[in-house]
Amino acid sequence: MEDKLIIKGIEFNSRLWVGTGKYKDFEETARAIEVSGADVVTVAVRRVNITDRKSENLLDFIDPKKYKILPNTAGCYTVEDALRYSRLAREAGVSDMIKLEVIGDEKTLFPDVIGLLEATAILAKEGFIVFPYTNDDPIMARRLADAGAAAVMPLAAPIGSGLGIRNPCNLKIILETINLPIIVDAGVGTASDVAIAMELGCDAVLLNTAIAGAKDPIAMAEAMKYGVLAGRLAYRAGRIPRKLYATASSPIEGML
Amino acid sequence: MRLTINGEIKDNILARSLKELLDELGIISGRVAVEVNGQVIKKSDYEGFRLNDGDIVEIVSFVGGG
Repeated sequence: MEDKLIIKGIEFNSRLWVGTGKYKDFEETARAIEVSGADVVTVAVRRVNITDRKSENLLDFIDPKKYKILPNTAGCYTVEDALRYSRLAREAGVSDMIKLEVIGDEKTLFPDVIGLLEATAILAKEGFIVFPYTNDDPIMARRLADAGAAAVMPLAAPIGSGLGIRNPCNLKIILETINLPIIVDAGVGTASDVAIAMELGCDAVLLNTAIAGAKDPIAMAEAMKYGVLAGRLAYRAGRIPRKLYATASSPIEGML
Repeated sequence: MRLTINGEIKDNILARSLKELLDELGIISGRVAVEVNGQVIKKSDYEGFRLNDGDIVEIVSFVGGG
């Protein structure tokens, strides 16, 4: 059965979106992404090394014809910086997609949602396809949707924490009330976390550290691929309701 | 000509246009974005974009990130 994620007319071949940070080298990055089956790959925007031109380029390993490159504004703490990085990213890349981060605090890396909302509105007006990284607040999710976000990306837990889905109830409210794709971004630790996000009905999951930081990143990339598939299938299948007492699976009839 | 490129002061730059600067630095223009004095320059304008002494140039590209 066809079950493709489509955002602003763009068809996505996988509901697993992955980052490219923290890998041992570009070979490992490329391998992990290949095995994960992801077709959206996030990248950061940084200064080119102008003295050592021999240094390798990430895009020599991640073919932009094969993957959808999603630049982020990681490290931006102000609206002004986030706008600057977004505009540079658009010029460097091939699409209008931007994973918008306006960070509020170094220790938690929680979003500054007031700045995020402002930047989302400005970039959406400039024709960007904005994917804002936000907290799991349903009211803020609605505000971002109203401001022109293409999807809303609530965190599961702090970036890189591996704590998993900390607030499934809020995610459920966001899913019920926002008429946009919801992509869980940040904080998942392992395949079951991803499956839980998908079982809740999220449209996709974006992660980086959970794969790159695993003992065997390639094996974890494969686990994540199946986590997303299993979670999505279970969501579509419709789980049984939870109840307190047992119901026998074997018939009473015919017993001796 | 003196330019500040990615925070470093570079003297004796021969390039007069942005395209010539990227060539001089050995940078392939397809994978970068360039800002001059805070203004993002479109790739199609690199050839005609004149650089002036004292300009502040930022050249960025994509790196690994989440």
